[in-house]
Amino acid sequence: MAQSAAPAAASPALPITPLPLKAILPWAVFFGMLALVLLYFVGAEQGATSLVAGSDVHEWVHDGRHLLGFPCH
Amino acid sequence: MNSTTVRSLLVRGMLAGLVAGLLALVVAYLMGEPRVDAAIAFEDSHSHEHEMEIVSRSLQSTAGLATGVLIFGVSLGGIAALAFCFALGRVGRFTPRATAVLISGAALLTVYVVPFLKYPANPPSIGDPETIGKRTTLYFLMIALSVLLAVAAVILGKRLAPRLTTWYASVVAGVAYLVAIGLAYAFLPAINEVPADFSATLLWQFRLAAVAIQLTLWTAFALTFGYLAERVLTPRPAKSEAAEANSESNTAAWTAASAG
Repeated sequence: MAQSAAPAAASPALPITPLPLKAILPWAVFFGMLALVLLYFVGAEQGATSLVAGSDVHEWVHDGRHLLGFPCH
Repeated sequence: MNSTTVRSLLVRGMLAGLVAGLLALVVAYLMGEPRVDAAIAFEDSHSHEHEMEIVSRSLQSTAGLATGVLIFGVSLGGIAALAFCFALGRVGRFTPRATAVLISGAALLTVYVVPFLKYPANPPSIGDPETIGKRTTLYFLMIALSVLLAVAAVILGKRLAPRLTTWYASVVAGVAYLVAIGLAYAFLPAINEVPADFSATLLWQFRLAAVAIQLTLWTAFALTFGYLAERVLTPRPAKSEAAEANSESNTAAWTAASAG
């Protein structure tokens, strides 16, 4: 929890090595996209834009949309 | 090995997001739902044409609310875990737990609080259906701006750190972020569609509940994911050695805790 200002001398007991970008990228691209699509359905589908006809999705997540701060109606 | 680490952190991020979502759901149900109901009562007393109910109120306020909040929690938990993988050891020399707290705090601030201060959450009966497109665009634009500017501020801070020391570099980066956000607030159009006779108290209570939901979500996420990530990333020798391997202060704290 120490200041990041602490120079290289700080706790050698716990070396924090960054995870390589190559290992992160595939997960980030695939799951990042998936998560954004899910958030779109909770936050905006059948509001400003509509991929599925009707208003069932909108009505179902209606309360969540209001309380999570997304524009609704 | 590293790819498996990312995978297990991602899985734990979504799990922590689910836990955080459940707690946020409790807050949403207890604090938020009474205000949604009150706002709908206001709406009904003003329009005499009754819309056909597609999903009943009792379903909307329970299963519907749960669907929304839990998907929100799991999705953001996953994204936050990926951001954590990237930030760990790159933003500064923070432990996994501290990094989890930093990422969660940054997410709460940039994804929610900063956009909220310009375009706050609104209960039913506020908002003209005609302007939903504009309002949605502006809200998501504000989130994107806020996150991108925060990333830019962190990069700026990292660049300045060697010259200014970490403390002053962070202060400069923080001020730069606030100035940029202030400009965005000033230039993006304002939206105010609150009916003149809508209860100010109800609006305040609704928005307070909306903030409480996010505060609960991100606090619970920070603590749960921090705990899980620390376990994934800290090699665990046998119990007796674990105490020795830790720093003196930790050992002292552990001994005190187990003695007490």
